[in-house]
Amino acid sequence: MEKWYLMTIVVLIGLTVRWTVSLNSYSGAGKPPMFGDYEAQRHWQEITFNLPVKQWAKFINPDWIALHTSRGYESQAHKLFMRTTVLIADLLIYIPAVVLYCCCLKDISTKKKIANALCILLYPGLILIDYGHFQYNSVSLGFALWGVLGVSCDWDLLGSLAFCLAINYKQMELYHSLPFFCFLLGKCFKKGLRGKGFVLLVKLACTVVASFVLCWLPFFTEREQTLQVLRRLFPVDRGLFEDKVANIWCSFNVFLKIRDILPRHIQLIMSFCFTFLSLLPACIKLILQPSSKGFKFTLVSCALSFFLFSFQVHEKSILLVSLPVCLVLSEIPFMSTWFLLVSTFSLLPLLLKDELLMPSVVTTMAFFLACVTSFSIFEKTSEEELQLKSFSISVRKYLPCFTFLSRMIQYLFLISVITMVLLTLMTVTLDPPQKLPDLFSVLVCFVSCLNFLFFLVYFNIIIMWDSKSGRNQKKIS
Amino acid sequence: MAAFTIAAGTGNWFSALALGVTLLKCLLIPTYHSTDFEVHRNWLAITHSLPISQWYYEATSEWTLDYPPFFAWFEYILSHVAKYFDQEMLNVRNLNYSSSRTLLFQRFSVIFMDVLFVYAVHECCKCIDGKKVGKELTEKPKFILSVLLLWNFGLLIVDHIHFQYNGFLFGLMLLSIARLFQKRHMEGAFLFAVLLHFKHIYLYVAPAYGVYLLRSYCFTANKPDGSIRWNSFSFVRVISLGLVVFLVSALSLGPFLALNQLPQVFSRLFPFKRGLCHAYWAPNFWALYNALDKVLSVIGLKLKFLDPNNIPKASMTSGLVQQFQHTVLPSVTPLATLICTLIAILPSIFCLWFKPQGPRGFLRCLTLCALSSFMFGWHVHEKAILLAILPMSLLSVQKAGDASIFLILTTTGHYSLFPLLFTAPELPIKILLMLLFTIYSISSLKTLFRKEKPLFNWMETFYLLGLGPLEVCCEFVFPFTSWKVKYPFLPLLLTSVYCAVGITYAWLKLYVSVLIDPPVGKTKKQ
Repeated sequence: MEKWYLMTIVVLIGLTVRWTVSLNSYSGAGKPPMFGDYEAQRHWQEITFNLPVKQWAKFINPDWIALHTSRGYESQAHKLFMRTTVLIADLLIYIPAVVLYCCCLKDISTKKKIANALCILLYPGLILIDYGHFQYNSVSLGFALWGVLGVSCDWDLLGSLAFCLAINYKQMELYHSLPFFCFLLGKCFKKGLRGKGFVLLVKLACTVVASFVLCWLPFFTEREQTLQVLRRLFPVDRGLFEDKVANIWCSFNVFLKIRDILPRHIQLIMSFCFTFLSLLPACIKLILQPSSKGFKFTLVSCALSFFLFSFQVHEKSILLVSLPVCLVLSEIPFMSTWFLLVSTFSLLPLLLKDELLMPSVVTTMAFFLACVTSFSIFEKTSEEELQLKSFSISVRKYLPCFTFLSRMIQYLFLISVITMVLLTLMTVTLDPPQKLPDLFSVLVCFVSCLNFLFFLVYFNIIIMWDSKSGRNQKKIS
Repeated sequence: MAAFTIAAGTGNWFSALALGVTLLKCLLIPTYHSTDFEVHRNWLAITHSLPISQWYYEATSEWTLDYPPFFAWFEYILSHVAKYFDQEMLNVRNLNYSSSRTLLFQRFSVIFMDVLFVYAVHECCKCIDGKKVGKELTEKPKFILSVLLLWNFGLLIVDHIHFQYNGFLFGLMLLSIARLFQKRHMEGAFLFAVLLHFKHIYLYVAPAYGVYLLRSYCFTANKPDGSIRWNSFSFVRVISLGLVVFLVSALSLGPFLALNQLPQVFSRLFPFKRGLCHAYWAPNFWALYNALDKVLSVIGLKLKFLDPNNIPKASMTSGLVQQFQHTVLPSVTPLATLICTLIAILPSIFCLWFKPQGPRGFLRCLTLCALSSFMFGWHVHEKAILLAILPMSLLSVQKAGDASIFLILTTTGHYSLFPLLFTAPELPIKILLMLLFTIYSISSLKTLFRKEKPLFNWMETFYLLGLGPLEVCCEFVFPFTSWKVKYPFLPLLLTSVYCAVGITYAWLKLYVSVLIDPPVGKTKKQ
């Protein structure tokens, strides 16, 4: 790529923004006895460093933790060490994946590729959670991105290996597993199950099984231990949702307290059904017509379905939806930017708790500025640009007056942004009324949930109406 | 928010650049700040709580008011906004008070005042009529100049991390330069006079202004061969210039003259009790002089030419701001530095007088004055290198030769600012920002002048690349060696001397190019 120095500059800007955000407070700073995610990560380092593998899973007994003298350790040097580890992990795994992904994009100019990389690297949600709140999401997201890259460029084995690593790093990545499975299965079908397809299927199965075995080998020594690990990873005992999260169940809970009314196993079944019903159409489409573009959009819609309807979802899981949306930034810049802004907004209660208001506002504005100047998003709101042309043509067969789609979406965007800004101002300046102490967090979650539902519908429309236009174009030409 | 969307949406690249760097400055708010933060808080307190007659006498804090009166008035106006943030910071006795609201207020005041700098850069871009290289935006000289000025590494770390108010002051200077380019000489003179009364360090470049205005404004026409036409002298113009300067000075110093405090004010403004060099040697000629003296004394001791008892116990490298004697080479007095500076400035002044080349010639002379004063001045701060770097940015986008000198000057000058930020959390920031600026400046200028010969020869490339290993040695390797205890000042000394070599080289190269430049042909009647 001839403009390598511009890409270097983009990466440097991304790194600078990350490090300056990390100078702020972190989750649970100075808040004994539970502290927060920062202490959790430190604690896990302590455990994995000191204890034999056998005992890794048997912990989080509060009394046990109290025995360790390093608990709650907070010092400037230690903070620097922890922040540096996040930066290095990011630099080794996530950032190269983003750069390579942008370089491999087809049909756009070099300048647009570099601008795309800048926007992805400036996405505030990931920066604020990893460098502010403190987590290591960039490792799992980075591996998932390598997986997407591999699978899109037909390096299927490497792609699936990378994705297995992602899952084994953080089980949340299972949100992305269905599209991977469907896409690879679709590819095998396309190649014909009698010949090459079958070979590919076998190779993939072996790769997946091998990588899982390698990661889990130390824990397979006892059946009880394996079960214990699984119980830790999938805490079905903890209920439909915890705290405030922008998903359907929490929003529904505002009107009807389903968490308390319905028994636990009913909740489980209900959430399972809704999740799978909402993602089934896209997945079936992907198996029947595997394409790189369809794969990316299916990643978005599946992850969003899981986020909205699944069990025990945390607000940070929105990052799993944001990553695929970043990948389609170059195709639908307006809607992607809108989604990414909403996703950052949905994290507001969490960020305020960590005293990250200033970095959140600044990084959101920087991201918005980067997207607007790189893609001139406000000029790309026509039906064609939003990939809704075939959909609106189909609708116009029944409703000839349906010509206002583009304008409707622009108005919705305006309303959404104004609501978000107002809610942010209110949360920061006003105190909630005595009777409803969680009023603002619930409002934030509710508004975000409405936005996410809209996006779920939108992305599913794009997926389902996509190949029709492709087929029609083929017929015409 | 509406203005933001409009500015960003219309694809106006200048607003996007300005907004982008402002957001970066907001992210730098929680970084380390030096004692300059307390200095300015103290001045807010002094100007707010004490009457004018006490301003230059107040000495509760060690950071006494040592800027000219306009800056004191500026602090006074700021203090009236400060009282809404935190009343406690305005108490003179609250030494080292730095609540989070104080920090927020002070940082935002710097960011806000940079508006003037942004405006000045906008005006400077109008004066650049660079070559039409390509249609691409990122290759236009205006774009490159905007980035080089708005995102200047030195300004970012000195103003927004270390903490100072250089942004708007350089804005005033760049605006006055832009006005001179636009032939609005009275405004330019007025702005410079005002600037002098904000911060007197700009006296370094006053000779350039004086000679240029006299030669190219007061003498309204030249002879066909470019030499001076004595009968075109305009008394009106001289008088009006003098009046402007006089009025500004009267406004500034008038109140203190009335209070008979002028000697006190001047003693605060020009503290010659301080040593030849700052605690960390600015990379100028005296740094090389000191290093040579040290080397010779070490050799002399080893070869028994010198008697160990004659050498003063405290050496120049002990890091205290006091006066010390040199051991082998003759000691340097303030008068000696003044004479050296004047001698160094003289050739460029003569060039400006005898071979006027319009505003561009003035700009080169200004840069040379700033650089020469940096080289030979008394108690120069390393931050003063910005005085030469920023005006030179304007020259760099117009000529390949200037671009090459600018890149050497700016890279070494910026690197010499590293010791200002010595804390661990700021280490990645300064390295990342330095890499950002250096990579951008070198690659964009190389692309702009790709049709001419390469910007650097092998020697210069080697020198610049050597900065990398130097940084690694000083910051990563040295702290873990045994020398850290014996010679704690070694990294500073190495940085200082290495950069001094580069800056001296750039100074000499610029001088040569100014002296051998052919004069412009017939000049129009101004």
